[in-house]
Amino acid sequence: MILDFSSSLHIVWALLPEIVVAVTGLVVLMLDVFQRGSRSAPSAPWVGPLAITGLVGAVLANAWLLTLEVPAQNAQIAVDGFRIAMNFIVLGVAIFGLLYSFDWLNREGQFTGEFIFLVLMAVVGMMLLGGTRDLIVLFVAIELMSISVYVLTGYDRRSRRSAEAALKYFLMGAFASGFLLYGIALIFGSVGSTNLSLVTSEIALGTASNNPMLFAGVALLLVGFAFKVSAVPFHMWTPDAYEGAPTPVTGFMAAGVKAAGFAAIVRFITIELAPAAEFWEGIIWWLAMLTMIVPNLAALAQDDVKRMLAYSSIAHAGYLLVGVAADSPLGRSATLFYLAVYAAMTLGSFAIVYLVAGKGDVRSKLSDFRGLGWRRPLLGAAFVVFLLSLAGFPPTGGFIGKLYLLSAAVESGESVLAITLVLTSLISYYYYLRVIWKMYFEEAPESLPTPERPGLAFGFAASIGALALLVAGLFPGHGLRTASRAGEDLVPRAAVVAPGAAPSARPSGQDPAASRASSNVSEPER
Amino acid sequence: MMEAFFFLLFATMAAGGAIMMIASRNPVSSLMYLVLAFFALSGVFVMLDAHFLAAVQVIVYAGAIMVLFLFVIMLLNLGHREDIDMRGHLARLVALVAGSGLFAAVAALVFRGEQATLAGEESRLAVEAMIRSRGAVGALAEPLFTSYLVPFELTALLLLVAIVGAVVLARRRAP
Repeated sequence: MILDFSSSLHIVWALLPEIVVAVTGLVVLMLDVFQRGSRSAPSAPWVGPLAITGLVGAVLANAWLLTLEVPAQNAQIAVDGFRIAMNFIVLGVAIFGLLYSFDWLNREGQFTGEFIFLVLMAVVGMMLLGGTRDLIVLFVAIELMSISVYVLTGYDRRSRRSAEAALKYFLMGAFASGFLLYGIALIFGSVGSTNLSLVTSEIALGTASNNPMLFAGVALLLVGFAFKVSAVPFHMWTPDAYEGAPTPVTGFMAAGVKAAGFAAIVRFITIELAPAAEFWEGIIWWLAMLTMIVPNLAALAQDDVKRMLAYSSIAHAGYLLVGVAADSPLGRSATLFYLAVYAAMTLGSFAIVYLVAGKGDVRSKLSDFRGLGWRRPLLGAAFVVFLLSLAGFPPTGGFIGKLYLLSAAVESGESVLAITLVLTSLISYYYYLRVIWKMYFEEAPESLPTPERPGLAFGFAASIGALALLVAGLFPGHGLRTASRAGEDLVPRAAVVAPGAAPSARPSGQDPAASRASSNVSEPER
Repeated sequence: MMEAFFFLLFATMAAGGAIMMIASRNPVSSLMYLVLAFFALSGVFVMLDAHFLAAVQVIVYAGAIMVLFLFVIMLLNLGHREDIDMRGHLARLVALVAGSGLFAAVAALVFRGEQATLAGEESRLAVEAMIRSRGAVGALAEPLFTSYLVPFELTALLLLVAIVGAVVLARRRAP
């Protein structure tokens, strides 16, 4: 099928995965409300499977996008390999995040329907972050994601920590949104459009060079993104928000929000603003540098596993920024591959932390993990895989991902970043391996209760996650090829045919005159 | 002549309301002055042929948001003296420097007489032609339902999330 953005029906086709997720969310909310009526009863048991079914449908719709041919890529919505790959990652985060959460929702007696609704709406925002080329859609998508996640952070109404985390996250997030919006306004002011295909061509034409307003706009946009992916020095909110939030939500936040933020950085900064590279190259380099060093040192001092994992997730933002700083197709592919691996291991490790912590999330100290490997062998084995992958040990996906990032950095001549990546990973071995040591080589005292047995959904998600990491580490070929295809296939530079599509050239729409003439989807005033 | 008179009237009301708002000690009356400033500002918008903006100014700002502020102030009982909230001489100094810096920047822009040509001259003319042909509301509605349909629909989801989120957070207890 050939996609033609002059028809509004074709905009629906281009947005099909997002629409499926949104409709699923609305259906879950409505059915849940009607089923419960005015009673304060728990949700019906079928809302969870319903949501998972909808997400699987969205995965299928997303796969169907691969068969589309898009002649003119100048609309608000990009249909390219990068967006489709990001959608797969985000949908995977949603499916696994929900599968991991069901046990927590049951254990803590939380409302299921609203939780699922908020997760699905956040997912719509995340998917659009990686898929839009318009600054207005970007802003609405980032708010849709953020507001859902603020509420999820404060979802545990009985917990003071949860409320505190939600408030901190909300205040800092609103602050960051202000930066982002101001940056968007300045970019619009200096270029005259929010559609990035026009912004890019204006910059490339040289009409906007040496423009302090554009520079300020790009810088503010970067500040907003850096907040969202918690890059140092914009990470101050992260440890508190991650520690206070309900642990399955923390996993969802750490994996999903970060993946979406990186999708936006890759698309908006390194692709669309490529002609303005001298504006942002240095900033990204320093962000990557600081984000690798600071949290890895801070994590050494943590004796709470949840907080340690929060710092580790900041550190991983630094590794991912190395891929962005490489600013090459290889760097983008490496970022994509590492995002997928990172999502699997982060979701899994946070889920195991909440299982060990028990009702009320009380036992997440390092000493609470003593003897876990002997008391719950399967759980312990899965946790070992996740932790080794986070550290970057050889038979896991984390190792291949870091290797890929390193090769991208070296290829682009960023050897200082590459060396820092290796050194900071070495530091991180200490705090990851310390947990494994406690799990296997220290006896659990009688007073420490054995973690409850996880449910079927949890067991399924954890075993698939751990197996996927091992497969990615042992047989990385397929994943690497997919990532490298997706990392190269980004409008407007795209000249690559989407896999599965009929071999036809994709005009990139870089010619500014042509794109202006044919852009009917997003051009308000010209 | 008539136009100048009304502009001066509305401008004085807006500026006077804004000054009284920061000068008055009672938060409720300070809020009322802000409402006055908003109404006067919407009068200025009408004179600029921005009818939609004028209506939104009254409905959204003067109506909804100000009522919300009023409720918050009354419910939280913020009737105490406000200088307790401002801590330290350093904060006052920073506020003074930042405020006068902003004032100087705006004044410099005004005195240099530079027109802010944000979206370029030709697009300004296009907007004016559009407003003449179908009014400000129509000129705003058309792109909203064609070029900006996707963010417009997304905003609907955003509002729904905000409502559900507010209910979730305000609920007293779990089932």
